[in-house]
Amino acid sequence: MTPIILFYIFAIILLLSAIMVVSVRNSVHAALFLILAFCNAAGLFMLAGAEFLAVLLVAIYAGAVMVLFMFIVMTMQTELVQLKEGVQRYMPVGCVIAFILIIEFILIAIHWKVDPKIINQFSNSPLQHISNTKALGNILYTHYVLLFQICGLILLVAMIGAIVLTLHKNPNNRRQNIAKQHRREPNQSLEVHDVPLNKSIKDIGGFIRPKETYYGVTQEDSFGPKPGDKSDITEKRQQREQIK
Amino acid sequence: MGFIDRIARSFLLSELLAGLGITLSYFFKSKATINYPYEKSPLSPRFRGEHALRRYANGEERCIACKLCESTCPAEAITIEAEERADGSRRTTRYDIDMTKCIYCGLCQEACPVDAIVQGPNYEFATETREELIYNKSKLLANGDQWESALALRIEQDAPYR
Amino acid sequence: MEHFFFHTLAGSIVLIVLKTLALLVPVLVGIAYLTWLERKVLAAIMLRKGPNVVGPFGLMQPFADAVKMIFKETVIPAKANRVLFFIAPILVFTLSLIAWAVIPVNNGWAVANLNIGILYLLAISSLGVYGTLLAGWASNSKYSLLGAMRATAQMISYEVSIGLIIVSILLLVGSANLNDIVLAQRRIWFFLPMFPMFIIFFISCLAETNRPPFDFAVGESELVAGFFVEYSSMAFGLFFLAEYGNMILMSAIISILFLGGWLPPLDYVPFTWIPAPFWLIIKILFCLFCFIWVRSAFPRYRYDQLMRLGWKIFLPFSLIWVVLTAGFLMSTGIGIYGGAG
Repeated sequence: MTPIILFYIFAIILLLSAIMVVSVRNSVHAALFLILAFCNAAGLFMLAGAEFLAVLLVAIYAGAVMVLFMFIVMTMQTELVQLKEGVQRYMPVGCVIAFILIIEFILIAIHWKVDPKIINQFSNSPLQHISNTKALGNILYTHYVLLFQICGLILLVAMIGAIVLTLHKNPNNRRQNIAKQHRREPNQSLEVHDVPLNKSIKDIGGFIRPKETYYGVTQEDSFGPKPGDKSDITEKRQQREQIK
Repeated sequence: MGFIDRIARSFLLSELLAGLGITLSYFFKSKATINYPYEKSPLSPRFRGEHALRRYANGEERCIACKLCESTCPAEAITIEAEERADGSRRTTRYDIDMTKCIYCGLCQEACPVDAIVQGPNYEFATETREELIYNKSKLLANGDQWESALALRIEQDAPYR
Repeated sequence: MEHFFFHTLAGSIVLIVLKTLALLVPVLVGIAYLTWLERKVLAAIMLRKGPNVVGPFGLMQPFADAVKMIFKETVIPAKANRVLFFIAPILVFTLSLIAWAVIPVNNGWAVANLNIGILYLLAISSLGVYGTLLAGWASNSKYSLLGAMRATAQMISYEVSIGLIIVSILLLVGSANLNDIVLAQRRIWFFLPMFPMFIIFFISCLAETNRPPFDFAVGESELVAGFFVEYSSMAFGLFFLAEYGNMILMSAIISILFLGGWLPPLDYVPFTWIPAPFWLIIKILFCLFCFIWVRSAFPRYRYDQLMRLGWKIFLPFSLIWVVLTAGFLMSTGIGIYGGAG
């Protein structure tokens, strides 16, 4: 009895929040309702005994994907007028799709039959006695290992694509090179002068400034040191001492 | 060699561990805190705390209303009005210090020719209302009566250096 | 009689409530006293004495703070989204308590002995992001929003490396059940064979709980108080409690994954005298001390450096470690479906 009650609670909240996702005006609220829908779907999975899928749904969809959605929605200025502009134009297409979907659902509902073989197969299968996670792993890494790998590759391509699209090399960027920073020794950048009375530092040759800071700069005419300049002043110091 | 040394240092987190070690050594050191309301740190005889108006030993108030303190006060916290008393001596009828304006610089004490206005060792005179911090003559004289022994001692201790 | 009662529906509900209370009351008291412990330890490291006026050794200080917090006025920013503004702290606090359901304090002593306990913890901690995100957005202030953005980005980044470290532990144990993970450490605690991962996990936990030196979400010097600037009174109190609750939770997870949970260090007489749950508490306290100790020693990181550390150092490292562990287990043949123990 309890599972049935729980099922209807989860299902009703799931459907209501799904309706709210498309009908609510504030886009942040819509995203939040979508998260609620995910959580309830996870509850349904849990009732069906698929606890691994339930947790993954929460961890990946609600926990990671929707966070990125929220990021975009929160930082975007969404104006209702703009959003509403398209509604009338796309209404006929939407209606057609909805109509087809409803017809399909009705057809499925009318002709719903479960193959008696499958039921027998499930009740006798070894999958009954091992945990959900193990069963999924057993199938995923044996029968479907090729598809699994291909999925991974597709995701990798998508990731590389996203990086390629967004990575701009701005030549004026001053990037911090931490290894370089750590390599720097006092004698490469620090000079101590004994300045005689009534003389300025310029009279005794001035400071030798290290040309490159620990920020790498790639373009020639940009602010800061030029490419090829050396950060080490030891060489220059030796030259000067020879002149003396 | 330097390269290996650097790599080793950054991967073994040696610098972070050294920092943690120092903080842990401080964890076991004896504490420097003075447990304030129960313990107090010693005060110098020149400490500039709450103001007081002093009297002579015979009970006569010292202040002669010369208004030097009023004119020297950089925060203009002191207000003095003076009149001739029945016995013909010049005395203040009003001596107010706005303690909310006072910056505790001690110039009034330096300016006073008769050691009447002094700053005492008391620093615990916080009040709940602003009005209570505007001191009048009777409050200042009362302070003087209350702290007289301490005030006299402070002046005596500081005298050799003046 | 009692035994029979606990098998009825009402009885099982009562049993669950009792179990939950038996776990949550100590946790809540622990949260209260963690604030005291933090102030005391920080004070000791700074050569101060810390709170010592309210009660003996200042032990009543948490209650004084609670009373102060409750009696403060609740201020709602004028253009804030009122519903979300109050949902956010409740969400954060609830999630930090819900996760305790799967933490075992002794062999089999957990409110819910889930087969996928560790995944449950991951799911809950990834939901915790919403509290900060909503708080930042709902209070309609730029500092809050910036703080929330930072906190969220940081928590997501470090969850990745935490997840991968957990994967390598799962490889060793062969089960996602926290109880099994502890039992697999009977021979050797995992922090010895997985020492680098132990360090990385600890640092990731610091980042995950927004503790110094990774407290950008709070960032007093530039963002005032990050995502909860606009909160006052008990709404602020809930964020505060949630932060400390998460600290204890993370310490419990570290103890269970790496320090052998409730197991004593050696299975001989002087160690076995102390009951098992106390060993877990001792380990949690040790981790909490480390959390506070680290706070006292290091200055705040810079944001881009934090991201660099998470994505460019911890992520590859933990990935390599997963591959190494898998390779080691495959080549030696131990641990496949059996666990390392």
